[in-house]
Amino acid sequence: MKLKHSALLGAALAGLLASSVAGAVEEQFIGLPSYRVGPYAAGGSGVFGGWIDYMQLINERDGGINGVRLTWEECETEYNNARGVECYERLKKKGSTGNTVFQPVSTGITYSVLDKAAQDKIPVVTIGYGRTDAADGRVFPWVFPLITTYWSQASAIVNFIGTKEGGMDKLKGKKIGLLYHDSAYGKESHAILDKLAAKHGFELTKIAVAHPGNEQQSQWLQLRQLKPDYVILWGWGVMNPTALKAAAKVGYPREKMVGVWWSGAEEDTVPAGPAAKGFTAAGFNVAGANYPVVADIKKFVYGKGKGNMEDKTRIGSVYYNRGVVHGIITVEAIRKAQEKYGKGKALTGEQVRWGFENLNLDEARLKALGATGFLPPLKVSCADHEGPGVVKFQQWDGGQWKVVSDWVESDRPLVRGMIEESAAAYAKEKGIKPRDCSKEG
Amino acid sequence: MLYREAGQFKSSYAEDGRIFPIRQDRIGFALLMLAFGVVVPLLANEYWLKAILTPVLIFSLAAIGLNILTGYAGQLSLGSAAFMAVGAFAAYNFILRVDGMPFLLALALAGLAAALVGVLFGLPSLRIKGFYLAVATLAAQFFIVWVLVKFPWFSNHSSSGVVTAQEVRILGYAFVSPEAKYVLTFAVVAVLALAAKNLVRSATGRAWMAVRDMDVAAQVIGFRLMRTKLLAFAVSSFYCGVAGALYAYTYIGTVEPEGFNLDLSFKILFMIIIGGVGSILGAFLGAAFIVLLPILLDNLVPALFGDALGAGFASNLQLIIFGGLIIFFLIVEPHGLARLWQIAKEKLRLWPFPH
Repeated sequence: MKLKHSALLGAALAGLLASSVAGAVEEQFIGLPSYRVGPYAAGGSGVFGGWIDYMQLINERDGGINGVRLTWEECETEYNNARGVECYERLKKKGSTGNTVFQPVSTGITYSVLDKAAQDKIPVVTIGYGRTDAADGRVFPWVFPLITTYWSQASAIVNFIGTKEGGMDKLKGKKIGLLYHDSAYGKESHAILDKLAAKHGFELTKIAVAHPGNEQQSQWLQLRQLKPDYVILWGWGVMNPTALKAAAKVGYPREKMVGVWWSGAEEDTVPAGPAAKGFTAAGFNVAGANYPVVADIKKFVYGKGKGNMEDKTRIGSVYYNRGVVHGIITVEAIRKAQEKYGKGKALTGEQVRWGFENLNLDEARLKALGATGFLPPLKVSCADHEGPGVVKFQQWDGGQWKVVSDWVESDRPLVRGMIEESAAAYAKEKGIKPRDCSKEG
Repeated sequence: MLYREAGQFKSSYAEDGRIFPIRQDRIGFALLMLAFGVVVPLLANEYWLKAILTPVLIFSLAAIGLNILTGYAGQLSLGSAAFMAVGAFAAYNFILRVDGMPFLLALALAGLAAALVGVLFGLPSLRIKGFYLAVATLAAQFFIVWVLVKFPWFSNHSSSGVVTAQEVRILGYAFVSPEAKYVLTFAVVAVLALAAKNLVRSATGRAWMAVRDMDVAAQVIGFRLMRTKLLAFAVSSFYCGVAGALYAYTYIGTVEPEGFNLDLSFKILFMIIIGGVGSILGAFLGAAFIVLLPILLDNLVPALFGDALGAGFASNLQLIIFGGLIIFFLIVEPHGLARLWQIAKEKLRLWPFPH
């Protein structure tokens, strides 16, 4: 019995060895600090599911990036900083060249690994969350808050409201209520909106909702008395459907409510039922499954039974598509880095960092990827680690999200000025000498 | 056989009052300290030091703090994480605002700040007991985190409320490498744990236990309730505060109020329940159990089942197993892991001739 056992084990081991020898193709490892349990599981399973599906697509359809197959491993963080740090350390040395990129999809974990990642030479990519002033690549060479930041988003929302009113000068004397999650995340909105209020002359009233936000009666009473022209919903989790329902109860029109990208997913509107109809929210990616890239995932990944999502109806949802955006950006950065450091080779985190910094996803490239309009064109540079800073607005029609705007720009000079000011203060505190971008290749 | 104490006589009060009356224990303890203080930092790799051993030590310290309050003085508290937050933010602000503040002094001051806040929230314990007190300390949990978010002064007006811990420097030496940080943590925890062990064996500790067992009786025989209870709150919060500062400076490297939420308080409470209520050793065992088991499961479950389970189910399965094991341990040994060790020791002393 025992002999049989060990013989079996030996055979299995030999098989394992043989397969790893036979499969001597280059592999690029990507560590995934995912969260599929806990209060934010709905977001986490969508984002990481979409991301994995896109990488699977690259492997199945293209045979990897120039022949380099993508491998990955998930590590459950539970959206908890301590677990996130453990995952970061665990994934760091995996694969032939170590972890290529760390994207925790959690602002807390991002802060916790910021310094370590720079020492270990692993780029940290934070798409739509994280440290806003890290957009100044001269001070934060290893951090990439790509596409847009909270500050750009706040400014884009004000621009969107201005357009709806028929011009930015019409904002003068208007009343805007800010209903925000009373946490560090919610307070990110304050400084920028205060500046914009002073610039455009609208009156901003900030109303806090304590975490988790399933009780908002007094806040909406206050809003009813105030009668604001618009309400910006800066919410998270259960706070969003509660706000929509409370708005319906006091009769505040949902058409006048604009949410941020963490308030604008199916998970936020479906629980509110009919009360959500007419609500508009920002997003750096859009919902919908009728994009060629999502169709390809269905065909090449789910067609072969290799899909990651357990609930297939969520393919094409806001969070899922956000994961696909993560996948596209990661893959394209590796592709870019291969152009410099050798096609068909597995790269280190340091080399992939160059790929992120020189990433240029123009309309032509997006079209080739089948993602036109799915995410905005993105050009990164040494000084600017953010990119376009634009968002699209989508309106919930009661059954799905409908895109109602083109990419809306932010007040670039104002936002960039704040970012540079904040980054300079950080550099001073930490004794960092900003890079000279003219010397970067 | 190993534990034969024949021939070991106590010939003075000092010998009788030692922490480890048996020689084998003393040797074992010395070896343990040597192993974790010297051998481990030399041999262990970065992952083990940074992600496993340092947090276990820090949470042990917090668990000792809660154990003093709940295990020894009998006052149920759900505010441990909040006191850790006070410690972390106090250390940050002391180092930030006082030029040339030595790290160890900042650590002590952080503990004192937490102790002060702890005493304040300990005041209700003079009137209310048991679960009602737990609810009062729950208020501390929410209030302190709210204050730290509400007033940006605490986080030096950081736009996101998250602050980065400054570099740790003692006598010109910068504690940057994981080994250095681990050794620093180990030294602080070892000294404080030893102090705690001695404290609970002293008159103070006996006063706490008297209050825990029956406060009316303790009052009748002459213990001053107010002093005893508030002292327990102060000492307990001091330990939690120091643990919080270490958490920020030698482990995570950043401080944010939301990190010190109710979940963490519960975790620390589970540590002392699993480890053993009213035992310093239990605090270490409990912290190790609660920190290591989820990581072990996260490695084990995918290795055992591969991709056969969906990723979401695999993650939830870990939680199910974790919860199941906690219940199993509580049924098998309601007095915690420390009690298991004690039973093993009793048996070892007689082994191999139990009669």
